[in-house]
Amino acid sequence: MTIQPNNSPAHLQVSEIRKSFGGTDVLKGVDLAVAPGRTTAIVGPSGSGKTTLLRLIAGFSAPDAGRIALAGSEVAGAAHWVPAHKRSVGYVAQDGALFPHLSVGANIAFGLPQRGKAAALRVGELLEMVSMDRSYAKRRPHQLSGGQQQRVALARALARQPELMLLDEPFSALDAGLRVATRRAVSQTLEQAGVTTILVTHDQAEALSFADQVAVMRDGKLAQIGSPFVVYTRPTDRATAEFLGDAVVLEAWMEGSLALCSLGGIPVRRPPAQGKVHLMLRPEQIRIATGGPIRGRVVDTDYFGPETTVRIQLEPMKGDAEHPLDPHQPVGGEIITIRHWNAMLARPGTELSLKVVGEGVVFPWSD
Amino acid sequence: MTSSQSTTAAVASGAKKSPKLAKGRGTRLGPWPVVVLCALIAAFSLIPLGFVAVATVNAGWDTAVAMVFRPRVGELLLNTLKLVLITVPLCVVIGVGGAWLVERTSLAGHKVWAVLLAAPLAIPAFVNSYAWVSAIPSLGGIFGGVLISVLSYFPLVYIPVAAVLSRLDPALEQSAASLGLGPWRVFFRVILPQLRIATAGGALLVALHLLAEYGAFAMIAFDTFTTAIYDQFRSTFNGAAANMLASVLVLFCLVLLLAESKSRGSARYARIGSGVQSNPRRMALGLFQIPSQLLLMAVSVLALGVPLWHVGRWVLAGGATIWEGPVLINALLQTLGYGLAGAILTTVLAFPLAYLVIRHPGPFSKLLEAANYISSSMPGIVVALALVTITVHNVPAIYQSSFVLVAAYALLFMPRALVNLRAGLAQAPVQLDEAARALGKPPLLAFILVTLRLSAPAAAGGAALVFLGIVNELTATLLLAPNGTRTLATQFWSLSNEIDYMGAAPYALLMIVLSAPMTYLLFVQSKKAAGQ
Repeated sequence: MTIQPNNSPAHLQVSEIRKSFGGTDVLKGVDLAVAPGRTTAIVGPSGSGKTTLLRLIAGFSAPDAGRIALAGSEVAGAAHWVPAHKRSVGYVAQDGALFPHLSVGANIAFGLPQRGKAAALRVGELLEMVSMDRSYAKRRPHQLSGGQQQRVALARALARQPELMLLDEPFSALDAGLRVATRRAVSQTLEQAGVTTILVTHDQAEALSFADQVAVMRDGKLAQIGSPFVVYTRPTDRATAEFLGDAVVLEAWMEGSLALCSLGGIPVRRPPAQGKVHLMLRPEQIRIATGGPIRGRVVDTDYFGPETTVRIQLEPMKGDAEHPLDPHQPVGGEIITIRHWNAMLARPGTELSLKVVGEGVVFPWSD
Repeated sequence: MTSSQSTTAAVASGAKKSPKLAKGRGTRLGPWPVVVLCALIAAFSLIPLGFVAVATVNAGWDTAVAMVFRPRVGELLLNTLKLVLITVPLCVVIGVGGAWLVERTSLAGHKVWAVLLAAPLAIPAFVNSYAWVSAIPSLGGIFGGVLISVLSYFPLVYIPVAAVLSRLDPALEQSAASLGLGPWRVFFRVILPQLRIATAGGALLVALHLLAEYGAFAMIAFDTFTTAIYDQFRSTFNGAAANMLASVLVLFCLVLLLAESKSRGSARYARIGSGVQSNPRRMALGLFQIPSQLLLMAVSVLALGVPLWHVGRWVLAGGATIWEGPVLINALLQTLGYGLAGAILTTVLAFPLAYLVIRHPGPFSKLLEAANYISSSMPGIVVALALVTITVHNVPAIYQSSFVLVAAYALLFMPRALVNLRAGLAQAPVQLDEAARALGKPPLLAFILVTLRLSAPAAAGGAALVFLGIVNELTATLLLAPNGTRTLATQFWSLSNEIDYMGAAPYALLMIVLSAPMTYLLFVQSKKAAGQ
């Protein structure tokens, strides 16, 4: 791994990348920097262009405009393009893309320069690296479970010690249980190997749990890049907020750093607008609490075992002599959805008291 | 994950995969050398159709009308229509009924019957005709034509229908049963509709074979368009008359294609959803066991027993004298040589087409498929007529050269190679190619190591089927073969035309022996390919 501290600290630098297919602009100017050894998840809905971006980084196709630099050297630019096989990039596809005509060992050894004994030894090491027994080398891909196939694909991609590892929705074809276990195993392996990694996924939970840095892609652009915590709690727009998780969005009136809404006054850090706005809270910020300042009636519930989704109609705000209502304050009556662990507490028709924990996020008003 | 699982997964989660599919969409035609090559191959495959069109235009309206609207053509039209209208339904009844008995009932010995019902395909129709004429010398007319056609061609319906039946998801039948349908109503309302595509495809093949067959009908002196064109061409070299008959024949073929694609509609009966499908349940035959066995036995005796018995009888009767070593070996070697050359050329030509269709789907590849679909319906006689006329007039240097004959084989049998290659390439998704490139293999090497390697079995299967077609090809070979060429088929033909049935027997036997393993291969492949 070459380190070029003075040139650019980023291991991968993507600048102003554009790509269109048949007149449709798929990528409309994407910038992304990934630090050495770190993991970035590119997350976005179907058709947002995330896989296209990954394929450009891999070198399977060339961008229409823009520049990609890997470990300080340009691999795609105005007059210069390095194809996939000359880039030091590992790639794991959605279904692993193991060669069905080769054994597991031959799959892993496919890209190795060594042959014979030396290759077999390295294959064994790589299998152990992905927590699989060396004896698997003799098996055929179809004899492996989906999770094992993905780990073999990872071992195969790691064999050439790539500068950068690209994972294209590698867990989405797996069952829910296997997905979590495989994701953890892959993440540990990559961390130990210290490989800079980019994961593409449409699953926000996967992106938030897997990566040091999350890049949210929408309509061919990166809407927001930041740590998982920041993008989840402080999304820059409503679409990002709703894509990354459930969101309670209410009409509110912004005054200074306080958003007035039917849940009362919610503190907001650095609001982008004043006056009429949308206020976003995560459902887990709204708690059922005896003596809480907000009252509501349970409309209906959905039982999920560990927790229950509760739909609550908020009681309209009534001002009194001491606390007159701000004329701009929305009067309430909205239905919000929150989650609660105790199904018994929330039966349809029950009156509940609620309180809000933490800050809200505000987006400029739009109809 | 096996590819069939991923296919069903892709169907089930179409929305999820759409960004991947979107990338292949639209203007990306594919690598331009391949595109140019494919355009040339497609143009080549349209030569017979183009020839007929040009010949019709050149003849002029009056000549065309005079040639087409005459009693002789009406007679041929009636013969051909009767033949198609009687034979095709009979083939459908035997094919679908047989397939259902074999795949879905408690038929005793169903594994043996499964093979026996496909086996008649190994006997070329003109050999079948020869055997039946040996059995009933007076055989002829529409009855003889229908008898021989049904016995030779019902496997064309049976094989695809049996393949679909064996893969049909029993969950559908179970759902129907849970909705209150009894077994018979399940058969008519659920199973039969799902067989529509396979049945229509098989029926189309039977009809096209009926239009294209020369030897079987010439043997019993039953006149169809094809025999008439052949006679016209041989007796007078009268270009215009033969050409006009050919254009009516081609029109017939195109109408059939249109009818089949209409009946196919836009329906697709892919199995939706993932998971493993259980084995189909077989229906108890009970009292019908014995009648069913007798029926299948009758079909097999007529379609297999009679031809094998008579070929065997002539061979035994002839003894050692009919095995003229040098002549026989020469015919065998020439047949093998043409078979191999044709199979290789056809597969090589079909590969870029299959590649574009699978890897770069779009309007252009659709056009290629349409061209191939149309040219696949061209009878051998039309292909031969086109190539003879064009080479005589434009490139006399290659007239009656083996090159032209091999080119005709490629035109005739390209669809067989294409179907197999498409299935094979679909098993080698582009992601594997990309994985190899990401592992440091240059694109060409990645293509060879992965895509070519993975599609090799399918290519070999396709080549084998082309080989089978060439071994049994008579019409185009008779018209196009260079002087002195003797293949098994033409040698058989000239001997049996001289009423030397005994002398022809060894050639018939060799053709059957060569065809048998290929037919078995086709049978096995159909089981695997069903549902794709």
